[in-house]
Amino acid sequence: MTLLEQFHLWLANMWPGWEWLAYVIAAIVGVVIILGFLLIMVLVFIWFERRLLGRFQIRLGPNRLGPEGIFQPIATAVKILLKEDIVPAKGDKVLHWLAPVIVFVPVLLIFAVVPFGQRAILTDLNVGIVYVVAISSISAVGVYTAGWASNNKYALISALRTVAQMVSYELPVVLSIIGVVLMVGSLSMTEIVESQNIPFILLQPLGFVIFFLGTLAEMNRSPFDLLEADSEIVAGYHIEYSGMKFAMFFLGEYGHALAYSCIVATLYLGGWQGPLLPPIIWFLIKVIAVFSVIVWMRATLPRLRVDQLMGFAWKGLLPMAVINLFIIAAEVLWLSEITPWLMVAVNFVFAGVLVLLWSKLFTLGGGRVEV
Amino acid sequence: MKFERYGVGVAKGMVVTFKHLFRPPITVQYPEEKLIVSRRIRGNELVWYPDKCTGCATCAKSCPQGNIEIATHVGDKNNYVVDKFEVDTGRCMFCGLCVEACPFDALAMGRSYERAQYRRRDVILSKEQLLISDIRQPSGYARPKIEATLPKQSLLIYWDREEGGQKLSWLGLSKKRGRGV
Repeated sequence: MTLLEQFHLWLANMWPGWEWLAYVIAAIVGVVIILGFLLIMVLVFIWFERRLLGRFQIRLGPNRLGPEGIFQPIATAVKILLKEDIVPAKGDKVLHWLAPVIVFVPVLLIFAVVPFGQRAILTDLNVGIVYVVAISSISAVGVYTAGWASNNKYALISALRTVAQMVSYELPVVLSIIGVVLMVGSLSMTEIVESQNIPFILLQPLGFVIFFLGTLAEMNRSPFDLLEADSEIVAGYHIEYSGMKFAMFFLGEYGHALAYSCIVATLYLGGWQGPLLPPIIWFLIKVIAVFSVIVWMRATLPRLRVDQLMGFAWKGLLPMAVINLFIIAAEVLWLSEITPWLMVAVNFVFAGVLVLLWSKLFTLGGGRVEV
Repeated sequence: MKFERYGVGVAKGMVVTFKHLFRPPITVQYPEEKLIVSRRIRGNELVWYPDKCTGCATCAKSCPQGNIEIATHVGDKNNYVVDKFEVDTGRCMFCGLCVEACPFDALAMGRSYERAQYRRRDVILSKEQLLISDIRQPSGYARPKIEATLPKQSLLIYWDREEGGQKLSWLGLSKKRGRGV
């Protein structure tokens, strides 16, 4: 029973005859908590990314407003919200209005199944991870809608890239998730966390790498940020957006990063499990650690070309994900009795060999990358 | 087995950026932190030494813009007494020719670089304003004797702990660093 269900029952017992009101109040409380968590964490993430990116580039980053510049994202938000809302004269006005909502709402929906603690989860769906995969793909529709409604060539190019990228990277991501599900034997997020006595990053290193890179592409972060490549297509799908609508895209983008950090922490890093500290603290530590790695990659790696992006998904990640799935399946089927640490060693060897083999595919000439 | 072709470049790049985390930032937070400028900076203004000046007006003649206005009368000991020495720094391009031309080292470039004014008439400096003071220090441009007394230029890129640099701290860096630079 989750904490929210317990709260609902408590309210319903207190007001007999008003069960519907207790249900509504419990639901509103849950939604407000999730929305508050999302908004606060997005503001923290924006600040954290700018500071950390600054340190990676031997700058300081924003540090003027408030202690260590912690209020800078609030000032940015106010600035964005106060801007004029411009709709292109020949754009599709309804879709132009609808697109930011379609991008942002699925991100919010993902948090319904993110386990913050043992019972601190909005709903413990028994198909939790399938729900996440299904919901997170909807954002691509919103991005495509935005590109189409803007009536702008750059926006449309960006939208087309997004759809291609989403479709390509969904496959390896789902295949590596199946590896986790095979080992757990359940789709529920809570059970996935509870079964990780050894974090799955150790048991399935290859699956983690594939999942991490795939999600990086799905949340359109560097080095896979082709859809908003500033130097090529100006800003991509939100080139015609300003004001509140742009803020929604911005929120959706960082919310996506937050959601996927949460999912990575849940699936591969053991979620809220950890010694000494309370579960929510462990969960936040892991989420921020994942996000730091994302920022680190953004600070380091240059953007991929479109054909490189597609080649990396279809020739690199997808076959590796399939092989990884077969290895995991064989281990679950035949080797479930052996000690897990032996499995860790075996899987690390497999991961190393596979990465070496597949990296050979992408490097034919010295420095010349062919895919 | 050569690992150059197996994606090692990515790992190398990641290591490089990770090392950057532990380098002091090169940002100068200007109003609070100021770098020590070059010893031979041709700064915003001139410094004029009235006791060395003979009123020969070589500076005024050498100025390509004609910015220096000097008026003299003949004094008791058959010398020039300077009545008026005005420099229009609004039109000055800081070429330093007047300083180089002065035969008596009575003129020097200034070291300050933040002397913007709100009114046009304020950039025309009278001879009282041109005197040396706390905020108007001479630079070593074409004046080797002054140059020898000035502190060396500091750039944070060449930051050295022996020369007054401080130890790097992670985020509180901005507050600890740079006081009195």
